[in-house]
Amino acid sequence: MTGTRPKLAVWKFASCDGCQLSLLDFERELVSLPEEIEVAYFLEATRGTLDGPYDLSLVEGSITTPEDAQRILEVRRNSRRLVTIGACATSGGIQALRNFADVEEFTAAVYARPEYISTLESSTAISANVRVDYELHGCPVDRRQLLEVISAFLNERRPAISSASVCMECKRAGNVCVMVAHGTPCLGPVTHAGCGAICPKFNRGCYGCFGPAESPNAPALSARLGQLGMGDEQISRVYRTFHAAREPFLTESESHEH
Amino acid sequence: MSTDPAQPTRTIKTGYLARVEGEGGMFIRIRDGEVADVKLEIFEPPRFFEAFLRGRDYSEVPDITARICGICPVAYMTSAFNAMEDALDVDVDDRVRALRRLMYCGEWIESHALHVFMLHAPDFFGFDSAWTMARDHAEAVEGGLRMKAMGNEILRVVGGRAIHPVNVRVGGFYRAPSRQDLAGLVEGLEEARELALRSVRWVAGIDFPDFEQDYEFVALRDPDRYAIEDGRLASSSGLDIGADEYEDHFHEQHVAHSTALQSRMKDGRLYFLGPMARYSLNSGQLSELARNAALEAGLGETCRNPFKSIIVRAVEILYSFDEALRLIAAYEPPEAPAAEVEPHAATGFGWSEAPRGMLWHRYGLGDDGSIAAARIVPPTSQNQARIEHDLREFVRPRVDLPDDRLQWECEQAIRNYDPCISCSTHFLNLTVERS
Repeated sequence: MTGTRPKLAVWKFASCDGCQLSLLDFERELVSLPEEIEVAYFLEATRGTLDGPYDLSLVEGSITTPEDAQRILEVRRNSRRLVTIGACATSGGIQALRNFADVEEFTAAVYARPEYISTLESSTAISANVRVDYELHGCPVDRRQLLEVISAFLNERRPAISSASVCMECKRAGNVCVMVAHGTPCLGPVTHAGCGAICPKFNRGCYGCFGPAESPNAPALSARLGQLGMGDEQISRVYRTFHAAREPFLTESESHEH
Repeated sequence: MSTDPAQPTRTIKTGYLARVEGEGGMFIRIRDGEVADVKLEIFEPPRFFEAFLRGRDYSEVPDITARICGICPVAYMTSAFNAMEDALDVDVDDRVRALRRLMYCGEWIESHALHVFMLHAPDFFGFDSAWTMARDHAEAVEGGLRMKAMGNEILRVVGGRAIHPVNVRVGGFYRAPSRQDLAGLVEGLEEARELALRSVRWVAGIDFPDFEQDYEFVALRDPDRYAIEDGRLASSSGLDIGADEYEDHFHEQHVAHSTALQSRMKDGRLYFLGPMARYSLNSGQLSELARNAALEAGLGETCRNPFKSIIVRAVEILYSFDEALRLIAAYEPPEAPAAEVEPHAATGFGWSEAPRGMLWHRYGLGDDGSIAAARIVPPTSQNQARIEHDLREFVRPRVDLPDDRLQWECEQAIRNYDPCISCSTHFLNLTVERS
């Protein structure tokens, strides 16, 4: 029986751990998990590890060191399916802000002995390093979507996850539009759905933590943000946060940079 | 790796420590029956938060620093807004402060429940993971997950979501919950409080290794309550300082053979942060229910056995449920969810008690409120030298144990601290010499 269960592995690169630990936020599903899946490698939850190949690898985090650039190749070789979870793995994460700066200067700013630091010039998404079978968005990922992705891949089907914008979710939730009603700047029109439009529910504009939606019109939104009183520098910054290295947020942030 | 205890030099090494947050390893060398070297190795790649925060607006800092840690984002947000409100002289409504404390209780619950039931307890019962432990201890594991879920639920209702809450801003919240919103939590919290009480008894029944150290405990203290979201810093030897004085009393140093910046007190002493420090300095301020449960579990007024930190965490979970229910019963929505904030050039200091210990932030702001300088000192980097010292002391009487047993017990001695390596923006990636 144990030989027939699919083998799941969870890998960490540069990240905050929030996405993989949302796997531990389940209750009954978590306790019964070993009946369905062999948890073959998930260091943050278990000392017990099994060698690959793995049927499904979930990858959290971005590639920022020479060692990690090698390690992800090995993970890919050992994985039948590889799914990235979260902003770091899908876009390079907040740490991709180094891509716009001088990493040597960054190192000297934080560490008294920069010569001990081994790091790459840029933080890159997993898909910039190896082939990826699916990318799950969010900073952090939504745990119900995470469950759907795992379930879909283990059952050999595509995940039923919308790639529309937060606006679609927000309308469906019956929220009042914060941009139309209150003039609050909101990235909802260009941001990938999945969070449940929680910021507008809390009278806040979306800040783009799920990254770009499928083919968003960022220049049109930027024009509107300008009308609402945001300067170029502010507009550049809102795109340059958790998904700074992902298009079209990258180009849009550059086009408003001084 | 040597496997014969009679060999003159043995190396006990764990490449990647399991059941800790983030990536680190352990390295111990024993020569002629003596501990020659102990290192907690850190592979967590540097992410440079303090560097890329420069030039960002002060208002963005809570959301950005939250991304340092997915287990304790509220701690990062809180230390950040405390620092900004200090810099910009913001007067925050007490009702907003009460909501912040409620949200922080949610984080203590989810983080402690994760550690107690998923990461720490399996060691004591000889299991690799909570899944394997659940075969024999189903009620405890399911109860732990229920408590964790209720901690997350507090975070969801007050903060919008459990990981990286969206409702937090400098000055307060974007929207304050209604009384009804919070009332919806009460029944679940009351049930979970019962589970917490039972779990204190469960962990009290563990057979603990005999290992006590003479720690210098350091934790926040508040005259009116068990310090969580703010306070002054106290210690076993009578320290009493504000956040702006932190750098006068503590410093981080680069030791060539260390894997990280090591924090020490200015006089060179090591110190200990986290639940056991809080309990030992402030246990008199726990609620009656939590205090009695601690006494019944065999804790005195202080606790010096780090393996028993599992009991202290269980007591703090119980306290957090009690405190959350008290805060909800007393809740009045604030007139405005957030205070007005006027940016100007200033320096601000802020801290709070993250689940694993005090987290300190300092920011320098320009005229327009942009960040000119940032410094963050996370709890695990402050505890790191203390962890290595514990390991050294722990191994000494156990050098004759077989390697695999010694390795597991040493890993456990590290897990006592609930180290959060992802948090440790200061940790370095060093190559350690190996013979």
